[in-house]
Amino acid sequence: MTTATQTAAGSANSGSLLLTLMKLRTFIALFAVIIFFSIFAPNFLSTANMILMSKHATQNAFLAIGMTFVIITGGIDLSVGSIVGLCGMIAGGLIIYGIDLPIGYTVYFNILEVAVIVAVVGVLIGAVNGLLITRLNVAPFIATLGTLYVARGAALLYSDGQTLPNLVGREDLGNQGFSYFGSGTIIGLPVSVWMLVIVALGAAYFARFVPLGRHIFAVGGNERAARMSGIRVSRVKMFVYMFSGFCAALVGLIVSSELMASHPATGTNLELNAIAAAVLGGTSMSGGRGTIGGTIVGAFVIGILSDGLVMMGVSSFWQMVIKGLVIIIAVVVDQAQRKMQARVTLMQMAKQG
Amino acid sequence: MTEIDDGDVILELKDITKAYSGIVALKKANLKLRRGAVNVLVGENGAGKSTMMRIIAGVEQPTIGEIWMEGERIHLSSPADAVRHGIGIVFQELNLFGNMTVAENIFATREITRGVLGIDHKAQVEKANAFLDRLESGISAETLTEDLPIGQQQLVEIARAVSLNTRILIMDEPTSALSAAEVDVLFRVIAELKAQGVAIVYISHRLEELMRIGDYITVLKDGQITGHALVKDIDTRWIVRSMIGSDAKDFAKEVDHELGGEVIRLDNITLPRSQGGYAVDHVSLSVRKGEILGIYGLMGAGRSELFECIMGRHEHDTGKVFIDGQELLERDTTGRIERGIALIPEDRQREGLVQCLSIAENLSLASLGQFLRFGFHIITGKEKQAVADAIRSLSIKARNPDFEVTSMSGGNQQKVVIGKALMTGPKVLLMDEPSRGIDVGAKADVFRTMRRLASEGLAILFSTSDLEEVMALSDRIAVMSNGRLVMVIDRNQATEEAIVKASAEGHTTKRMHA
Repeated sequence: MTTATQTAAGSANSGSLLLTLMKLRTFIALFAVIIFFSIFAPNFLSTANMILMSKHATQNAFLAIGMTFVIITGGIDLSVGSIVGLCGMIAGGLIIYGIDLPIGYTVYFNILEVAVIVAVVGVLIGAVNGLLITRLNVAPFIATLGTLYVARGAALLYSDGQTLPNLVGREDLGNQGFSYFGSGTIIGLPVSVWMLVIVALGAAYFARFVPLGRHIFAVGGNERAARMSGIRVSRVKMFVYMFSGFCAALVGLIVSSELMASHPATGTNLELNAIAAAVLGGTSMSGGRGTIGGTIVGAFVIGILSDGLVMMGVSSFWQMVIKGLVIIIAVVVDQAQRKMQARVTLMQMAKQG
Repeated sequence: MTEIDDGDVILELKDITKAYSGIVALKKANLKLRRGAVNVLVGENGAGKSTMMRIIAGVEQPTIGEIWMEGERIHLSSPADAVRHGIGIVFQELNLFGNMTVAENIFATREITRGVLGIDHKAQVEKANAFLDRLESGISAETLTEDLPIGQQQLVEIARAVSLNTRILIMDEPTSALSAAEVDVLFRVIAELKAQGVAIVYISHRLEELMRIGDYITVLKDGQITGHALVKDIDTRWIVRSMIGSDAKDFAKEVDHELGGEVIRLDNITLPRSQGGYAVDHVSLSVRKGEILGIYGLMGAGRSELFECIMGRHEHDTGKVFIDGQELLERDTTGRIERGIALIPEDRQREGLVQCLSIAENLSLASLGQFLRFGFHIITGKEKQAVADAIRSLSIKARNPDFEVTSMSGGNQQKVVIGKALMTGPKVLLMDEPSRGIDVGAKADVFRTMRRLASEGLAILFSTSDLEEVMALSDRIAVMSNGRLVMVIDRNQATEEAIVKASAEGHTTKRMHA
């Protein structure tokens, strides 16, 4: 993960070894789970398993990237899981039924057009979140909780709760090949992983080298100061929710492509995984802090942890307990690091005079 | 340091050293607090005043050293300990619960209860009102605290400290948010407490205040006591000398330059108040290139609101702003900054800085647009160069621009906010109380910078409630009172009496047009 070097670069200034270790905690956790499972879980290190796990982790990672930006602005997006479900249903519906035009024709789209339409739907739902939050001043938690229910309900209404099966498309309509997003490979790696690489690199670049990306941190750090500095705060917030919706739409596309079926309950509770991954990666819930690299490592830690425990045959009840403990420990270490960091800064100040 | 008669000592700090991991905030400091006297403590930011007070209030424990109270050695291991010993403190940052009433705040943690019936609100309100009346505050104990203006909240804080029956009362910059009338009341209360034998510790940056109210003065510099005297024996010069080691009271007015043409003109700026009346009442004025206009006024005179109107922060203001003769049609802050106006806000922490970003990121925050390639890519090299230039030209003490901005002292943080504004390339600079919360040395530095910027052709409007400052720095002086512009006068024609008189005028006479 080239994007994760950001986290490491900051530590060059501090002399403290312990502090450096703490800063790298997400990496250490990642290596720890990999080493642990390669010893205790059979076949853990096989290529097939690695690819399978990265596919699983990819879904969380996409959502977590969008979530990271939202959390950095000081908000939260609870609706991503439902957007995954709704977007999956729309993808399935477009392939099976197309769109009925009032003049008696039905339009079908090829899979690339389907992907674009689904992405646009995700962005639009994100825009609704953004508008509720910026124009109508609804608290992010409530606004996205509302869209969580609306989007889930819409997904269920779309097919009356039924699964849309067998999304192979028809040759005469030219909409075959939907399985590409979920099952296709490029140079041995799944297409979805390549998509993640592109989105992650793009997001990391964006956070560092694009003014709007820098503004995201400023808005989360101190909204009033950001506004006084001429930053259009509403625009920044609109962007992060729209981007989060976009990421969720991609996941909806990938999941239904992988299963070749759309189920309206897809993505339930995924928003919690995304929040967990972001927090594990060092994103501060109070806003202003976080890195894309850290979030992706966090998403992989959670993904590997759950897959590895399954392979070891640990019961799913214990899996939940372990996952919860890992998140709590991560946050506790994060707080300890903050405190130490503050002390190191004090020492540097003292030396400065 | 000459030996002086120490009077009736109630509390003594002996050879107190306080080290935080790596820094020594206090070095073998000795302090004696006398009963029935105002013990003044002064020093620049970071000199160790707060550390010393936190030790007395039991918030921190000394690394080495002893605390003696009335001939007995005591240990203050928690704030509750200190309260038991009769030590009360009014912190500079307000520590009130905004969502509770004034009475509930005053009796927080020691509520008056009636057994199982719970809190006796009526008794609390009655007692609280008695304390508030003693302060002549005009505050009802049943008001919600957040509905009070800052100055009155400060009075509530003081009422709480007084209500504790304290024998030692520490006040850390209690007047920083008070109006002149409120300061007078506070001083009367202090005199009363003094007569009752309470030892007052008074910390302030306002030297004239210290001279007026203090009995004993102790000066701290870099964690050490550098001066200790009876206030009646010394003058402000002595204080400044002890604080920074030389007579540095210089506002650097030596630069003289020609003024250019008009840069900014305000026409009938008006901002209605939600409770009726006007926060800014039909203000019109203009400033020329290279000119410094000082706006003098008391708290609530409408200075900050006027600046906010100019920056497009309010939705309901009316009136026009012209830059170089062209009316500004942009209504939002972003647009106004693009047209060449920049504001240094009054509240540095809440509106000036993004605390979690680095010094460099704070500096370039408002001007990222200048470093772009293809309209979106920030060229980091160019940004770094500009940040380095800003740090050099403002002589900001930043060892590493990648450190968090909170690692700097107040004066340097203020310079970062100024630097951020300057990096947008403004024609007009608005500075709201630019010297608030920074020490004497940093103040002189900021003022020198203002003069230099003016000589480089910037039009500067700054607001202040410090008479000396407005007289020394301005080319022209405007006085605001109750939202109105009551007087605009050239500095060489202005007298302090006239300005003070004008600053109270808004409450009595009809407005004039400047």
